[in-house]
Amino acid sequence: MQQLVEELLKGNRRAAARLITLVENDDRRKFELLQAIYPHTGHAYVVGITGAPGAGKSSLVDRLLQVIRAEGLSIGVIAVDPTSPFSDGAILGDRIRMQDHALDREIFIRSMATRGSLGGLSRATKEAIQVLDAFGKDLVLVETVGVGQSEVDIVKTADTTIVVLTPAGGDSVQTLKAGIMEIADLFVVNKADLPGVDRTVTEINMMLDMKNDVPWRPAVIPTVSIRGEGIEKIWSSIKEHRHHLETSGRLAEARLRRVKRELTEQVEYLVKSRFWEEVKEKFFLGEIFEKIARREKDPYSSACELLDSTNFFERKS
Amino acid sequence: MNRRKIRVLVAKPGLDGHDRGARVVARALRDAGMEVIYSGLHQTPEQVVETALQEDVEVVGLSILSGAHMTLVPKIKRLLVENSMNDVLLVVGGIIPEEDAAALIAGGFAGQVFTPGDSLEKICNYISSNFE
Repeated sequence: MQQLVEELLKGNRRAAARLITLVENDDRRKFELLQAIYPHTGHAYVVGITGAPGAGKSSLVDRLLQVIRAEGLSIGVIAVDPTSPFSDGAILGDRIRMQDHALDREIFIRSMATRGSLGGLSRATKEAIQVLDAFGKDLVLVETVGVGQSEVDIVKTADTTIVVLTPAGGDSVQTLKAGIMEIADLFVVNKADLPGVDRTVTEINMMLDMKNDVPWRPAVIPTVSIRGEGIEKIWSSIKEHRHHLETSGRLAEARLRRVKRELTEQVEYLVKSRFWEEVKEKFFLGEIFEKIARREKDPYSSACELLDSTNFFERKS
Repeated sequence: MNRRKIRVLVAKPGLDGHDRGARVVARALRDAGMEVIYSGLHQTPEQVVETALQEDVEVVGLSILSGAHMTLVPKIKRLLVENSMNDVLLVVGGIIPEEDAAALIAGGFAGQVFTPGDSLEKICNYISSNFE
């Protein structure tokens, strides 16, 4: 395992692929691995790309790769597609658009299935970003699943978030709604060769201009990804946003918030898993469930009993 | 939760442009609980193998209807071995004459070859049974 991490740091692509699999599968060595790579992370800049299914996210990533590679940067891509709630299987088809880059040694593309996560990312996206970061990527592009209005996990993970829309996406009230319309650092209106693009762009701009005094005012960029139009503008807007974050101190703030969240989540995860481990040793839970179902017990006092039965927390009273 | 999910790359190497079969198989594997990476048409052997490497798949399924299977399959197998992916199961589907299928399996190039008439269930079972 130590060897796998060493190989990763040396730039071995197969080691990177293996490590992502291990963290994605909750391998028992997962935390040990993440510990080992953590000191080597923090270099990569993370750009998230989100939007409705079929808005053109994968095609935009493909075109962006072309533009960004021209500047010599090394890039990782994580493309997320949904897991079936019925079979647990998935079709991961984002790569189809990106296969021209398959043989570029400086580009590493990994498809991930959501595996039950509902926020637009997969359960292990964050960890996979860390692997690609330690692998030496300058930039990691994360393409979310096709989202609706409220799957906004990407904003917690990405330094710059791009929301991809298409023309004719409803009336202007849609732009006022909470959720996805609030998380963009940059709006892209793709398929700008379709009718209605001017109206869509205007409506987003009007929504953005309702609020003054914002530290960063997102750009709204029309693109036609199949013809490569507008892609350079996206890239320069990403760079501007990064510059803004770095010079204003907001990047450091955001990353600190992320560390806080990660630490909290990790503590909660450990508490939960240790708690259940201990409880399952002491109790036959099925019996308790049945008692609750028969109304002989209630879930609230049963929860307190379970908690009190462990040595986890000092009892307060 | 620790169960290893079977990841399969479904790829169409070479020049034929018919991917209905590949899509039907991809869908069936999805319904059998596998994660299927579909990489689209016109892939070179190098692209197929690099994709398999980055995606860390257990299985590569090739759909070939062009008649070039005796060239493409051994080449892809060789590239897999060169990239130390000897353990990746290579499965082929398509219009493949019986004697060619036998030669691909006997030569150690393909684990199994499926042809028209083989059921989706048979394909799914073959793949799952390799990971029990």
